[in-house]
Amino acid sequence: MNKLSLKTFTLLQTVTSVGLSALAWMVTGVRPIWNGSLPSDRQRIYFANHTSHGDFILLSACLSEKERAITHAVAAGEYWGKSRLRRFIAQDMLSSVLINRQWTKPEENPIEIMLSVLDQGHSLILFPEGTRNMTEEPLLAFRSGLYNLSMARPEVELIPCWIENMSRVLPKGQFLPVPLLCRVVFGAPVAVGPGEERRAFLERAHATLLALNPRPERDD
Amino acid sequence: MRHEISILIIGLLAVLTTASVVAAILSARAPKPLSSTLVNLTQRINAWWVMVALMTVAFFFGRYGMTILFALISFAALREFVTLTHTRRSDHWVLLGMFGIIIPFQYWLVWTAWYGLFVIFIPVYCFLLMPAITALHGDTERFLERIAAQQWAVMISVYCVSHVPALLTLNVPGFEGRTLLLIAFLIIVVQGSDVLQYIFGKLFGKHRFSPNVSPSKTWEGLIGGLVSASLLGALLSFVTPFSPLQAAAVAFVACSMGFLGGLVASAIKRDQGVKDWGHLIEGHGGMMDRTDSLVFAAPVFFHIVRYFWTV
Repeated sequence: MNKLSLKTFTLLQTVTSVGLSALAWMVTGVRPIWNGSLPSDRQRIYFANHTSHGDFILLSACLSEKERAITHAVAAGEYWGKSRLRRFIAQDMLSSVLINRQWTKPEENPIEIMLSVLDQGHSLILFPEGTRNMTEEPLLAFRSGLYNLSMARPEVELIPCWIENMSRVLPKGQFLPVPLLCRVVFGAPVAVGPGEERRAFLERAHATLLALNPRPERDD
Repeated sequence: MRHEISILIIGLLAVLTTASVVAAILSARAPKPLSSTLVNLTQRINAWWVMVALMTVAFFFGRYGMTILFALISFAALREFVTLTHTRRSDHWVLLGMFGIIIPFQYWLVWTAWYGLFVIFIPVYCFLLMPAITALHGDTERFLERIAAQQWAVMISVYCVSHVPALLTLNVPGFEGRTLLLIAFLIIVVQGSDVLQYIFGKLFGKHRFSPNVSPSKTWEGLIGGLVSASLLGALLSFVTPFSPLQAAAVAFVACSMGFLGGLVASAIKRDQGVKDWGHLIEGHGGMMDRTDSLVFAAPVFFHIVRYFWTV
């Protein structure tokens, strides 16, 4: 199996993460709203809505330096693993974990890769919609990864995080961000209930995340 | 000018120190846990220390410092404003232009003292071209609302704010090389008026000025604030080209405009269903919460000085 060996940040990763957090602050003035959970360095899976490439930068900008060093965004291997440069940016600079959604070989099993990260005591940032949301819908249906991870490692907290306004900062097809204020709302942890079905859990997690949106009427 | 600056800085330090001491004494005597008003008061005073420190630093860098500082203030204010308004995907390029072209160009005009274009660039060219670009995108959904909000955002956060550093371009006979002091006068008087209105309102406020718009504004606060701020203006006339009486009159007009600015800002916030514009300044809210009065006062103050005191 593809064992990722994770260390805490290299110098390059530290510089990148500090630089990107500063940039995120300059463009969006990003700040966290802890609405049901509190900052903690315990092991977590942060799951969030996904509309732009800037999402995980905003989310990790809300974490402390210490948490950031052990928190990895899960990114699409088909895209970020394609060329050497992309792989360098995703892994060596951003310390993301790459998974292939169309995997064939057993060592590419996304769940196994994510579990191996969790088993090393690290945290994950996951976008359970599976892809960037380019539709008018506020939040797409969740893929089942969140459920599988929670069943396999029930001790890891699942924290819903609503990232506000990023779809306005970087709308579909644009690459220059408009400076708008963004907040990340961190909600109370969700967990799979006793005997809860996959589908029921995913729908509940979906609703919990959607309910964190502080200004639903504002989104467009 | 050194002499005047030293007096202003010593005066501000004295006021801030007094405020911090009073807040500390009030907090020590008050029942615990402290009321939100007292917590907020302490936060506000602490933020004032930071703001005064930043202004002082910018002041020492003169024209560079002031132009850059107010361009950044415009950036923060515009960001808060646009965040509150309804935007659509098709507005992306107009919005980018507001931040990437209009702010730098307007402050470049301030820097080069190109008065003729400075006064018309936004109200003529931007106001006509921005809706034209939006129309060219072909998205007519809530069109008038969107273009109106964009224009008002640029008007308030860029055009009006840029009149503060533009004071440096005025040529007042007998006052050469000291125009920085006009900025100090305007800011101290207008922000002082805000603080004095707050204090008079908290101490004596009974009759609400406009309960529908802003529950915190009272007649007692308004009158006490305006009268005392005008007196403050007269007291500061030694840093201006004005006589004490003129200084009081100019301060009165500027602070009255400032009050109206605060009222308009409150109405916008109420309309949008928010309490503050943002969270940039602890205890105060966003940049616009602190600059709403300056925004309305600056252009009027600029044109009064330009009309009556320049050649």
